[in-house]
Order: sequence, then C-alpha cells, then structure tokens
Amino acid sequence: MDYSSILSSAIGELISPTTAAYALAALGLAVHFGYSGLLNFGQAGFMAVGAYGFAISTLTFGVPFFVGLLIAVVASAVFALVLGIPTLRLRADYLAIVTIAAAEIVRYLVTTSGWTAVTGSANGLADFEDGFYSMNPFPEGSYLGMNNRDFFIRVVGWGLVVVCCVLIWLLMRSPWGRVLKGIREDENAVRSLGKNVYAYKMQALIIGGSLGALAGMVFTLPRGAVQPSNYGTELTFFLWTCLLLGGMATVLGPVIGAMMFWVVLSLTQGVLTGLIESGAVTWLSTIQAGQLRYILVGIALMLLMIFRPQGVFGNKKELAFA
Amino acid sequence: MSMHAKDSTERGIDYMTDTRPIAAGGNTPGCKKRDPIVVAENVSRSFGGINAVDVEYLEIPRHKITALIGPNGAGKTTLFNLLTGFDTPNSGKWQFEGNSLAGVSSYKVARMGMVRTFQLTKVMGKLTVMENMRLGGSSQPGERLSKALFKGLWGGREKEITAQANVLLEKFKLDAKKDDYAASLSGGQRKLLEMARSLMVQPKLVMLDEPMAGVNPALTQSLLDHIKNLKAEGMTVLFVEHDMNMVRHIADWVVVMAEGKIVAEGPPGEVMKNPAVIDAYLGAHHDVDLGDAEGIKELEAELEADEESVVGTEDAGILSVDVIAAEVAQEKEQK
Ligand SMILES: Nc1ncnc2c1ncn2[C@@H]1O[C@H](COP(=O)(O)OP(=O)(O)O)[C@@H](O)[C@H]1O
Ligand SMILES: [Mg+2]
Repeated sequence: MDYSSILSSAIGELISPTTAAYALAALGLAVHFGYSGLLNFGQAGFMAVGAYGFAISTLTFGVPFFVGLLIAVVASAVFALVLGIPTLRLRADYLAIVTIAAAEIVRYLVTTSGWTAVTGSANGLADFEDGFYSMNPFPEGSYLGMNNRDFFIRVVGWGLVVVCCVLIWLLMRSPWGRVLKGIREDENAVRSLGKNVYAYKMQALIIGGSLGALAGMVFTLPRGAVQPSNYGTELTFFLWTCLLLGGMATVLGPVIGAMMFWVVLSLTQGVLTGLIESGAVTWLSTIQAGQLRYILVGIALMLLMIFRPQGVFGNKKELAFA
Repeated sequence: MSMHAKDSTERGIDYMTDTRPIAAGGNTPGCKKRDPIVVAENVSRSFGGINAVDVEYLEIPRHKITALIGPNGAGKTTLFNLLTGFDTPNSGKWQFEGNSLAGVSSYKVARMGMVRTFQLTKVMGKLTVMENMRLGGSSQPGERLSKALFKGLWGGREKEITAQANVLLEKFKLDAKKDDYAASLSGGQRKLLEMARSLMVQPKLVMLDEPMAGVNPALTQSLLDHIKNLKAEGMTVLFVEHDMNMVRHIADWVVVMAEGKIVAEGPPGEVMKNPAVIDAYLGAHHDVDLGDAEGIKELEAELEADEESVVGTEDAGILSVDVIAAEVAQEKEQK
C-alpha cells in the first residue's frame, strides 16, 4: 500500500476548494441552527441558488464576474425571504419541512427540460469561470505542487472562509448575536423583552443563506460546471455532519468539521482501495468501498454524538439542558 | 428609600405613601380607577368552548401594586397573555396609557413599557446569567445588524447596561452567579433572574406571573421589599400570586378572577372578607375572613374536620389556598 500517496491526497483534501465550500456552507448552518435555532435542511438549495444564479447571469446575460457574484447573493437572499416569510412566525419545524422541500424544488426546476436553454437541465452549465480566472494574479508556474489556477481558487476560497469567519465571529459577540442566541433558547422570552424576533430570524436566515450561496460558487468554480445532481439532499446532510463534527455554536467548528469530514473520507477511501488492490481484502469491490466509507462516516457521527455531543470545538456547558 | 423616590417626591407625590383613593367610585368588580394605566373592555378568549377569560371591564391603577388572584384555571395567565400580545382574544379592546393595544405584537407592547414574566419560567439556559440580564437592556444600538460589527458604536451603551445589570443582580442575590450558565440555576433562582431581567427593560408596568413560586422563603421578604420599592421608582406592578400573606403584605389593590370573570376588587383587607372571593376559592367554608389570623384559624379548624384536608399534615400552618381549593374540589367530586 502506498501510504505516502494516501496521506498526501488526504492533506490535499484539507485545503481543497470543495472543503472550503463545505466550510462556508456549514458556517451558514451554524448561523442558522447553532446560533439562531433555525432548522435549515435545505442548505444545498441555497448553494444551488448561488451557483446557478452566478452561472446563469454570466452565461445568459453576460454580466461581469462581480455582478454575477452579487446576483448570486441577492438571489439567495430572495430565496431566504420566500422561505422565511411564511414560516418564521411558526414553530421551528415548519422551516425544516419547507427548506427540505424548497431545495428539492430548486433542483427539479433546474433539471426540467423546459428551460434547457437557460439551465442546461440535467447536464447543467459550463464555461462560466473565465471571468474569475482572468483575474488570477499568479503567473503560470508551480505553487506548492499546484498550477496557478488551482492555487488561485484555493487562495480565494480559503480567503473567503477566513473573512466570513471573522465577520460571523464579530457579529456573534455583539448584542445582535446575543439576541439571536436568546431566540435560540426561548423566543417568547426575547419577545417579552421588546425584541422583534421575526426580523432577527429573517436576518439570520438571509446571512446563513448567503454564506450558502458563496459556498455554491466556491464549489462550482473549480469544477467549471454546475449540475443539479451535485445539489441533492445528501449534500445538505453532509453539511450537517460537518457542523456536528466541529461544534454547532462556534465559528471554527464548521471549518474544522468540514476538514475532518473530507480528510476522513479521503483516508478511508485510500486505505480501503489500497487493501483491495493489494489483495488483503477480497470481499469488497472498489465501488463498494466508496459506499462503505459513507457508512463509516455515519458510524463516526454516531460515536461522536455519544461521546462528544458538543462537537470537537463546542463548549460542553452550552449543551447543558434545562 | 431610593433616589428615585426622592424624584417622585419632588414632583409632589410619593408613590410609596400616596393614600389617595384608588377607585373613582365604589369598590365593585370592574370599577373605574382614579388613574388607570391599563383599561380592558369585553376581553374574552375561549378554548374549545370554555371561556378561559371573559372580562367585561377592568382598570389597573397606575403607580400601585395590584394583585391578581383566583383559583387555578381562573384565567389569570391567559389574561396576561392577552394583554401583552402573546395571545389573541376572540373579542375585546384594551389600552395601555391611552394607546390601543389590540393587534399590537408582543415585542411592541414590551417596548411601550408593559413587560411581563411567565408562569413557566423562561430563562436562556445556555447563556450566562449576565447575558440573560443584558438581553433585557433597552436602546442598545449594537442590537441592530448595521451597527453590530463595530464595537465602538455599542461598547459604551454595553457598559451602562452591564452596570444596570450588576445593581439588579445584587438586589436579587444573584451577583455571585453572574458568570454561570442560567441552566445551572435552581427553579427559584430562575424566577428571580426572570424578574430581574424584566426590570432591565425599565418598564412602566411590570406584570409578574407567580413571581414567588419556588423562591427560597429566606429570600421572599427581601424580594417583597424590592417589589414594593418598584413603586418608588414610578413603576406599576400587576402580579399573580397564591400566597395570601404576600398579597396582604404588598398589594394596594386586589383583583379576583374566577372562571374567567372578575368577581371582586378592592383593597386586600376588604377583598379577603368578601364572601364572593371565599366562594370562588373554597366553594364551601363561606363564613371566614381570609384576611386576618382569626379567620384563617377558623378555617383551619373547620378544615381539620375534613379528612382530605391538608391542614394538620406537614403543610400545617401554611395556608396555601390553591392546594386547599384543589382538595375541596376533589372532595366535592367524590360526593
Ligand atoms: N393554550 C390553551 N389551550 C387550551 N386551554 C387553555 C390554554 N391555555 C389555558 N387554557 C385553559 O384556560 C383556563 C385558564 O387557564 P390559565 O389562564 O392558565 O389559569 P390560571 O393562570 O388562572 O391558573 C384553564 O381552564 C386552562 O385549561
Ligand atoms: Mg397561571
């Protein structure tokens, strides 16, 4: 078995743009659930809105990169409003149901063949990333073993993660963040103190959703393609896994959680494939190995919930239930 | 007496010793008050055919401490919910300081200065006691998203709020707990925290739903004094309480509810002699005065004859009216 290549591909996952995208989207979930108690089970929908918002405005309307970025974020904010207006006055579970459904609706809308010219239906869209890479300040060459494009997207993706983490940290230590945490605990108590709970929940939903939209773009740019199948319900649940791994009401938790998620997936894949190829394991095909690792992730998550329910970074005291 | 008391004295009236009559006429149920802060008319709320609240007319006197009493299920909590916008009545209108409140959302009611606590205590368990208190602070610019990022814009106000919270926490004997998570507090301490937090809003009217339930008896005396002192600071208090001793000790005015209706009103001494009140509470045992020790002894003697009565058990000497009422109701059912 080639341990060094297994290890180096795991380290590669640590800083891959996909991991950065997962970190951003999971940070959005932390804003929703960890800080505000909003159950968003449709973060994949927000990512899809961001990715398609950017790709469609670039390809169909030919707007420059930053206008496309703005459109993607605004579209996700509108998506949040549409979901939030009818549900945020109701109990928390309504939002959960509506977000699951809405994310699926988004996926079906971009898959339907009626709008193939705009959405590309099941094949998705491609070739919208030139505007982004044309801004690449790094000349061609090798950067830590990467070409300049790969290096650029990592710098931008992780730069975005750092900026968003700092912003969310600043927000959550402010009185505004305190009101959100109060709402998470008991929204009627917060109402009785004269705070407009509905407005706060809406703001949190929009901010977390915008992080999802940015994640969708970071996810999609290095691939050079958006496809509906990338934004299924399982994506949302992987994001929840990252959040639970790292710790819910923390800023670094979702980031570390996303890194752990991808490193563990990569390591198990590498080890299992190595074992199969060396003939040590004969009862498993490489395809089955790919599926087995998700089962292992599930088991790891269960063990985590039992032995460290607050996540790696979470504060145990914050879990003390009344 | 506090500084605030001096302020109010300077304006000519000391609310602590103000003895002018509270009612404008006779002390009848639904009577007009000389200076009402809340006026409610025909407020009704039913749950599946049962009229939980059916108040024809009620005024709450300003700068006074009013006790709202009545047996369990009388509709006191529901009335609180209706007045503060946490529930919507089937009909009726009500106003606070002359502003109609029908259809006004609960957070706006609180901002207008009408702040309530909950019978089932609501503290934010995963926030510290101090953070709970700060949440009550008003006009904190940092609570706006547009200013939250810049500590320079809200740090100053935060210091003021913290100072205000420290004073209240000390009064409520919670200062040693201020950095603990609220989830670690006992039931009584949570009641205290909730009350202190509601005072952070600096309300004009504070509505306390069973503030003493579960509070350590050693603390109740000083707490009663704090509630009394709220009057000196110009606040009006409306509270629900089952402990008649407490009602007698601090209330200027008592409103009695039974089966959703206001059945009696008046100063505590007078109300506790009122047969309608005793009726509402106890069904039988008419001819006693709950307001004085003689009457209570009489009642205890009478209850001792009843096998089901709690008097003579470990509760002896504590006249816990709601327990007795429940017992009596049970007794009636058995007959
Ligand atoms: N949400 C509700 N649904 C159905 N019935 C309720 C509800 N809230 C209160 N009630 C009923 O209304 C009546 C008054 O209750 P409540 O206001 O809690 O009484 P109190 O506070 O005086 O003990 C009771 O009969 C209670 O069962
Ligand atoms: Mg009640």
